[in-house]
Amino acid sequence: MNRVVITGLGIYSTIGKNLEEVKKSIYNGKSGIGIDLRRKEFGFRSSLTGIIEEPNLKGVLPRRMRIGLAEQGKYAYVATMEALDNAKISTDFLEENEVGILYGNDSSSIPVIDAIDIVRQKKDTSLIGSGSIFQSMNSTITMNLSVILKLRGINFTISGACASSSHAIGIAFLLIKQGLQDIIICGGGQEINAESMGSFDCLGAFSIREDDPAKASRPFDKNRDGLVPSGGGATVIVESLESAIKRGANILGEIKGYGFSSNGEHISVPNVEGPVRSLERCLKDANLSPKNIDYINAHATSTPVGDISEAKALEIVFGQQKIPISSTKSMTGHEMWMGGASEVVYSMLMMQNDFIAPNINLENIDESAKNLNLIRETKHAKIDTFLSNSFGFGGTNSTLIISKY
Amino acid sequence: MNITDIENIVNEFLIDEFEIEKSIIFGEAQLKNDLGIESLDFVDIAVIIEKEFDFKVKHKDMSNIRTLNDLYSYIEEHVN
Repeated sequence: MNRVVITGLGIYSTIGKNLEEVKKSIYNGKSGIGIDLRRKEFGFRSSLTGIIEEPNLKGVLPRRMRIGLAEQGKYAYVATMEALDNAKISTDFLEENEVGILYGNDSSSIPVIDAIDIVRQKKDTSLIGSGSIFQSMNSTITMNLSVILKLRGINFTISGACASSSHAIGIAFLLIKQGLQDIIICGGGQEINAESMGSFDCLGAFSIREDDPAKASRPFDKNRDGLVPSGGGATVIVESLESAIKRGANILGEIKGYGFSSNGEHISVPNVEGPVRSLERCLKDANLSPKNIDYINAHATSTPVGDISEAKALEIVFGQQKIPISSTKSMTGHEMWMGGASEVVYSMLMMQNDFIAPNINLENIDESAKNLNLIRETKHAKIDTFLSNSFGFGGTNSTLIISKY
Repeated sequence: MNITDIENIVNEFLIDEFEIEKSIIFGEAQLKNDLGIESLDFVDIAVIIEKEFDFKVKHKDMSNIRTLNDLYSYIEEHVN
C-alpha cells in the first residue's frame, strides 16, 4: 500500500482569497458573514450569508474555457491554480503525466434557472447558449477543470451533500493508496447565490441573528439559532509519497485515515451512531487511538440539533482525552459542498503554523458540549495530527485524519 | 440596415464577446481556420444574431457559412 501525502493547498473563501489571507483570518478569528438584501426581496427568512467576490476570469482564461464555469467553478479554478502553484506542478507536468481530479459539488442553480427562464419566456432553446449545459451539471467543476488543465487521470464529481469534498479527498486517498493514481486534484466548490439557498432557507435551518452578522454562526454556543450558508472553493493536491519524493515536492502532510458511514435514518436530522462509526473507522484505518489526535476540526454548523449530535459522538469516541476542538464554521459559515476540503485547508494552515483557530462566538457553551475542550481564543499549539469531520443530508458522514509528514 | 452596419455589429461582437484580435478580422477570413471559431461557438453566434438582428437562425443555414463574408451576406439576406 502506498503512503498518501498532501503537496499543495489552495483556497478562495469568504475569509480570504488565498492561503496567506485565510491564515491571517483564522488566526484572528475573522468572520466572513454579512447580509444579502436580495434575500429579503425574495422572501427569505434569513438574509445572512457568507460574502465573497466572484472572480473575473476575463483575460485569464480563453472564452471557451471560461463560459462553462459556473460561480463555484470560478472559485474552484482560482483555488486550484493556487494549489498547483503551491505544489510546484506546472501545466507542462499536467500534460506529460497522468493527473486526476475528484471534486465535491452538489448543485449548480443559476445556470439551470437562467436556461429555464429563457425557455419559459422565449419558447426557444436555441437562445440558451453553449455554456449553460457545462455550467448546469453537478460535475461542472471537474468537467471544466479537467479540460482547462488537460488532465488525463480519474475525473468525476462526488456529490455527498455537505460531506462531498471530504469524501472526494477520502476516495483520492484510497485510489492512491491502492496504486491506481499518483496525483489527484481534490477539493470542493460551493455556490453562494441567493437563488441556490431558497430551498434551504425554507427549512428554517438558517440563523436569523441579522442584527449582528459576525456573531450569527456560533457552533456549540447555547444561544445558537441556526447555520449561515456560505461558499467558495478549496483545493488539496493529494499525491503518493513516492511521486512527491520523485518530484522533489514540499510534503505538507500525510493522510492517515478515511472513515465514512451512513446514518440510515432521517433525511435531515443527524444521529449520533453514524458519526461515531465514521470516527471509529477513521481511527482504525489510520491505526491511531484517540490520544494521538492533537486537534479536531468539528463539522458543527451552529444548528441546535446537529451540534448536539456531534458533541455526543465526539464524547463517545474521545471520552476524557480533552482534545482541543473548534469549528471554523463559526468564522466562515457553512461552506457545504466545499466544507470538507476547506476545513482540511484551514486545519493544515493551523498545523503548519502551530496554532489552533478559535471557535468564535462561543459565549456560553451548550450543556451537551460541556465536556469537550472547545477552543474559544486562538491557541498556540503544536499539531502533529488532526481530525476533520464532515456530515451531510441523508446521513452521509466522512472523517479524515491527517498528520505532519 | 446596410452591409457596413452589419459588418460593424458582427465585428464588434467577434472582438468583444469572442475575444478575436481585430487585426485578423477580414471578409475572406474563414471562421474555423482563421478565426478559431468552433462548432459550439456557432450556438452562441446564433444567439447573438437573434438578439442583434431580430431573426431566428436555422441550424442548417449555419453549416453553409464558412467565411465572414458568408456571415455578413447571410445576415443581410434575412435582416431586412
